Amino acid sequence: MALLHLLLLAQTAADPTKGLTAIGRGIVYGGAAIGPGIGIGLVVGNAITAMARQPESAGTVRTTMFLGIAFTEALALFGFVLAFIISG
Amino acid sequence: MNLLLAVDVPPISNVTIWGAGPLGFNKTAAIYLFAAVATMLLFYFGTRRKDALVPSGILQNSAESGVGFVRNQIIMQTMGTDGLKYLPYLTALFFFIFFSNITEIIPFVQFPANARFGMPLALALITWVIYNVVGVVKQGPLHYVKNSLIPPGVPKPILILVIPIEFVSTFIVRPFSLMVRLFANMLAGHLILVTFAALCAGLWAAKVTVVIMPFSFALLVAMTGFEILVAFLQAFIFTILTAVYIDSSMHPSH
Repeated sequence: MALLHLLLLAQTAADPTKGLTAIGRGIVYGGAAIGPGIGIGLVVGNAITAMARQPESAGTVRTTMFLGIAFTEALALFGFVLAFIISG
Repeated sequence: MNLLLAVDVPPISNVTIWGAGPLGFNKTAAIYLFAAVATMLLFYFGTRRKDALVPSGILQNSAESGVGFVRNQIIMQTMGTDGLKYLPYLTALFFFIFFSNITEIIPFVQFPANARFGMPLALALITWVIYNVVGVVKQGPLHYVKNSLIPPGVPKPILILVIPIEFVSTFIVRPFSLMVRLFANMLAGHLILVTFAALCAGLWAAKVTVVIMPFSFALLVAMTGFEILVAFLQAFIFTILTAVYIDSSMHPSH
């Protein structure tokens, strides 16, 4: 069913407003992914630095890292859901 | 199995729209039923042999290591010993979310139930109710509101700006982001798998491009392995964030 809908989405390109909606969805998700992409890179990079400096604290750092990733990632996911909500 | 395949998956345009009435029983509901029953059976049969010192059997071993994981990696890391009374709820939450996620990679089911809107919302609202009730009971209503709205060490004039931000982030964005995080992650993973499966089928059908199909198929296999990690990680993150929110109500920062 989901597959069928994907194919349907691909076929509605003949209608120009539908195409613009698709472009808008792409821009919304692409824009929303920029900041969290940088943010998750910072979080994980610094967590790896911390683990390399103090391997005995790796467990705590890993838990905190996942928390940081979860908070940062939320923004990108808002964009992902918003892209679905937009309708032409 | 035929019954499970016969009930349809709600279409993807319905991810943010409510379903068709309370009696609409579909594949999503069937998977949630499976997840709830699997969690109950795991801990019912895993805890039968209380007097045995050495755990044996796959059920008892997985139940005990699951409880140990939630206790050591989630509760002790965030709440400390105060939080041990939330161990049953958090363990049940973890296993329920994990079971309803892992159906994403089980052949012939291949649908994560949490890729639809409803249950993540309900779970997030339960978390919201729990941490608010814990805050009100532990600190008293006035102190709880004051501690959640006013961060320590903020200069007086800036409070006009900080209080609305803290209100929105504590009472509105928290449950919303908890819900969206679980649901959007599972939906995104499911879409990736569907896309590569559709690509494989398309490349197979078109005669010439069949040489590219193994690459697409290899990535499909790799992403399936990755989705096992994601299913586990999302259950872990939902549970640990619930623990963090309860902890912030139990031990406010002074």
